Parts: sequence; C-alpha cells; structure tokens
Amino acid sequence: MTMNHETQARDLLAALPEVTEANLRALRGRLAERADAEEVLDVAYRTLDTPVGSLLLAATEQGLVRVAYPVQGHDQVLESLAVQVSPRILNAPARLDAAARQIDEYFAGRRRAFDLLLDFSLSRGFRRTVLGHLPDIAYGHTASYAVVAAAAGRPRAVRAVGTACATNPLPVVVPCHRVIRSDGSLSGYAGGPAAKQALLTLEEAAMSEPEGRGAAWTEERGASDEGRRRHKAPPRRAGDTA
Amino acid sequence: MRAAATSRSAGPGRLRGVTGKRPFEVIVAEHGATVLRVCRAVLGAADADDAWSETFLAALKAYPELPADANVEAWLVTIAHRKAIDVTRAEARRAVPVAEVPESPSAQQADTRDLDLAAAMAALPRRQREAVAYHYLGGLPYQDVAAVIGGSTDAARRAAADGVAKLRKTYAHAAAGEERTDDHES
Repeated sequence: MTMNHETQARDLLAALPEVTEANLRALRGRLAERADAEEVLDVAYRTLDTPVGSLLLAATEQGLVRVAYPVQGHDQVLESLAVQVSPRILNAPARLDAAARQIDEYFAGRRRAFDLLLDFSLSRGFRRTVLGHLPDIAYGHTASYAVVAAAAGRPRAVRAVGTACATNPLPVVVPCHRVIRSDGSLSGYAGGPAAKQALLTLEEAAMSEPEGRGAAWTEERGASDEGRRRHKAPPRRAGDTA
Repeated sequence: MRAAATSRSAGPGRLRGVTGKRPFEVIVAEHGATVLRVCRAVLGAADADDAWSETFLAALKAYPELPADANVEAWLVTIAHRKAIDVTRAEARRAVPVAEVPESPSAQQADTRDLDLAAAMAALPRRQREAVAYHYLGGLPYQDVAAVIGGSTDAARRAAADGVAKLRKTYAHAAAGEERTDDHES
C-alpha cells in the first residue's frame, strides 16, 4: 500500500518539466567560472585533441600540474589528483587556455619550447631534479638516460632517471620523450612507444623546415654535448623493459 | 637501465579507495540534475538556477572535509535547502509589497501539463513542497527529510502525503482542461 502510494506519487512527479542537458551544461560552466574566480577551484582540467590522442590537461593555481595520455586513463588520473592534490576538481577550461594553445602550436610544429607556469608538486626529490634538466635537451635532439643522470649530478643513477621519466607528470611539456637509450632505441613512454616516436618525428620534421629554424630555441645548459647528438631514425623496437 | 613504464604502474592509482574522495566534477555529474529538480520544485524555475549555483559552490568549498562515507545526495539536498531559504529571503527583501496577490504567470501560460504541475507545486505550502521535493525528487528517506526541514519523521511523512494529495487534486483538475482558478489556498 505504502509502496503503491510512493510509486503513484513518483509517476505524478515525473510530469514535472524536464532538466535538460543544456540546462546542466550552462550551470556547470557557470559553476566552473565562479569557483575559479572565488579561488576555491584547486584543480581545473580540460581535454585537448592532439595527433597523439586526447590529452588531459590539469592545472592548480600554481600552474600546469598534469598532462596525461588516453592510455593512462583520464578518469583514473583525475581520481589520483583528487587524492594527491585536492578533490576540488572541475572541468574548467579557462585556466588551461595558454597550455592548450601552446600544445596546439607544438603539434603544429610552430613551437619549440613551452612558456608556462608549471606545478611540480606531483614529483619530489631526485625525480623532480631530473625533470628540471629535461628541458635542457633541445628540441629535435635526444639524450641518453646516462647523460641525463650525469647532468642531474648523479652519473650512476641511470635507473632513477628512467623512473623519473616514467613518472613524469607533465609529458610533452617536460620533454621526457627526448630521453632514449644509449644504443639509440626509444624504450618506453607514458603515452606508449608510438606517441614517443610521433613526438620525435614531429620535432625532426619541424627542424628540417627552413622557416622553422628561426623559432624559439630552448637554451642549452647542463648536459654534455655528446648527449645532444641529433636523433636519427631510432630502431622501431621500444619495449617497456631494458 | 630501466625503461619507462606507464605512469599508472608507478603512479598513485594504487591509492584509489583509500580515501574514497572522488573528483568534485563527478559529484556534479551524478547529482546535478537531481539538485536542479529539487531547487525548481522548492523555488520555481526562475530562482532555481541561483540556488543550484550557490549549492554547488558551497558544496565545493566544504567538499574536502566531507567524511568519505557520507551520503552525498543527502548532504547536497541539505545545502540546497539552506540556499533555497537564502534565495527566498533575498527575494523577500527585494519584493515590493502589493495589496493583492498577483496572478501567477505560470497560470497564464499553463497550457501544457508540465507547467500545470509546476504551478500546482508552487501553490503548495512551503513545508509540503519541501517534503515532497526532498523525499520524492531528492530521494531522502523521511528521517532525513525531517532532519532537514525540522519536526518529526511522521510529520515529514504527513507533509509529503498531504502535498502529493493536493498536487493530484489540483493537477488532475487542470489536466482535465477545466477552467483554472487562481485560488490555490484551499
């Protein structure tokens, strides 16, 4: 009897005006803007379509904190951010405007270095040190894990450099894709070996375009010259383990 | 040397479930529609958007402190209740006193069943409207409804039952195409 009443009442109320997707989209957009303006949005994110798939971009108020490939699982990455940074996370594209534009330019071959505020809070200690040295590897060039280890001040910490690259929270922007094995093979990559190859091929192609020569160069500092040899068609194999 | 693996293997995924706190975006996606229905039922469509925005903004601020095992929907409906009261008070402060109750705009455009029902809802006494909205639209058991609107569980149940009975009467009346009157007070 009671259940019957409940059901009848629910049927009656089902005739209330519908909440449409458009209603909610507008409200959610406004919420994201207000949350950002009132500084209660700890992590803003958006996705960006690129030639290597849809990238997840996430930023704190300090800067870009995470870039993730589809194979890393965007939902899982957001859940991790909720645990590691803050659960105050919204899809709020405005904060990622500059990052999205620069990554677009990078994939169009028109940008060789990123000019963005970065939040390295997901990386600590030696890994953080290693990531700080990666932008020293110039666009279109590669360096071996050993060379990066030496540049980071711990020549024998080759393995740790591999871990630092594997756990790079900001792939593409912090160019761990330019770190390869001493024998020239690619080794693994957070976005998968095909993505790593695609980035290196893109950079090489952009380098060979004459008008690209004048574009912004990353300053070289730190690592020795032998680590900067021009990357030439690396062997295709790129297993996950050495 | 060790080669790169996907960041997931070395990453924080293993922490999943430790806190159970999901990204707030997921909360909005799961409960946004329900909260909007509740706000519309309690306040009417015109003020519902404001109440919805205030509700989720307040929820976002407080979210990190919400216990991981909390009933998120009940929590949101509770916040929505407070925000609806705020919106109503702000309206009252803005309102210019009028000698007579103006004809409800929805009564004039009530040529669809949906608007009739929304108008019938708007005509309910506030407590009945809240009890109906929080129980039937918000999904709260009467015990939680009582905690939100005050009074006993039985009183909350009665308020919802009275509200539904009145809705049925008013709505059936309108849906039957009979001449509408604006005196919903009875």
